[in-house]
Amino acid sequence: MVIVKVDMDMCQHYGQCVFEAPQIFTLNGDDKLEYVAESDEANRGDIEAAVDVCPMQAIRIVE
Amino acid sequence: MADDRPVVVVGASMGGLRVTESLRKAGYEGAITVIGEETHLPYNRPPLSKDVLSSGVSHEKVAFPQRAATADVDWMLGSPVASVNVDERSLLTADGVAHEWRALVVATGLRPRRLALPELAGRHTLRTLDDAIALREELRPGQRVVVNGSGFIGCEVAATARKLGCEVTVVSSNELPMLRPLGRVLAAELQSRHEAQGVVFVTGRSVVGLSGDTRVEGVLLDDGTELPADVVVEAIGADCNTEWLAASGLDLTDGVLTDSALRAIGLDGRVRDDVYVVGDVARFPNLLFDAVPRRVEHWNIPTDTGRRAGAVLGAYLADDGSYQEVAALPFTPMPSFWSNQFDLAIQAYGLPGLADPDGVRLLEGEVSGDSITGFYRGERLVGVIGFGMKAALLPYRALIAAG
Repeated sequence: MVIVKVDMDMCQHYGQCVFEAPQIFTLNGDDKLEYVAESDEANRGDIEAAVDVCPMQAIRIVE
Repeated sequence: MADDRPVVVVGASMGGLRVTESLRKAGYEGAITVIGEETHLPYNRPPLSKDVLSSGVSHEKVAFPQRAATADVDWMLGSPVASVNVDERSLLTADGVAHEWRALVVATGLRPRRLALPELAGRHTLRTLDDAIALREELRPGQRVVVNGSGFIGCEVAATARKLGCEVTVVSSNELPMLRPLGRVLAAELQSRHEAQGVVFVTGRSVVGLSGDTRVEGVLLDDGTELPADVVVEAIGADCNTEWLAASGLDLTDGVLTDSALRAIGLDGRVRDDVYVVGDVARFPNLLFDAVPRRVEHWNIPTDTGRRAGAVLGAYLADDGSYQEVAALPFTPMPSFWSNQFDLAIQAYGLPGLADPDGVRLLEGEVSGDSITGFYRGERLVGVIGFGMKAALLPYRALIAAG
């Protein structure tokens, strides 16, 4: 299980994470980020890549 | 006999951090030393001209998370490098100490360009965390702030300072702000958004002097006018930190020339297996567009080049026969930038600057509101810029990537 948390005060909804882990992150029709907070361990690599490419560094994996 | 010399990364920056992570991911288990001039562990710069300036400032808020795989990396901070000898595989730090390396990664980035003017209090640049901390203390309501330069940093600082209640004037030799990255139509729209918030633009002029004895009191322009100022921010571009490589024999024409594997290329044309370049100083070909080597000063580039250089160097050091294959993989990073100014969110993918002069087309929305603008070279979409419309912009990124 991987638990991901996005600081929505920092998030600017740029959607870079969407390209690294589309199964976890999406931009909705109002240009706001939505994400799946808990997912299978197999997603860890993609989520780590999403953490790296967030311009605001708003995403973290809860250990 | 095993080579126990470390891989040395020069530059404790985002690119430096990413290359260490990538080396570990590629299976390299040997020593890594990162030598950096700044005293801070790697941190994220984009917030410095935005959030950090408008709220509290601390390293903790912007530091990159450190992963377990790179916990044993040796960070030598506050230690500028003076020179390098690539034939002997060694370098000298400014304190005169020699450091040997088995492979070298250049990640020294840029520094703000500065005018040759007196060092008065109230004079600022913005590149590092310490720069942001110093500037933040002076952006108080009612302060008269003159921003010299209307690129990314100049425009973001102007917007942030205005939001903090300062009286802001932007001086630029260009006729429109962010003209090169945005093109004429969007740049004009950007200026009108700033003006609607009370930012004053003085265009087609350059700064030639400062008045004041110990503290800035005014900014002198080339037409003889003087703008009263309590704070001056210089945002007139940046220069590559490559002086320490002067005797290296590498091609230092605008950064450091590399091949598409981020391997440094010498003036003799020889590609080095043991010297790599990442981030803002790397002048590399991006095969997504063409074979022309370019430097790209966008935020995603240190991560993309760091990952790539670490993978290639890791394969080289593994000596398991995979090196040539890994180095030959196509390297096609998608350049992207973002900027927040007042309520406007600007986002771009690709290289809009490659477009034909008549290759700029409004694709969605209206320039005066939210919009998506396409930049074409021939029939090929080479760049796209959104003012707002973040979700609608995403499919165009895929179009650029498809070539």
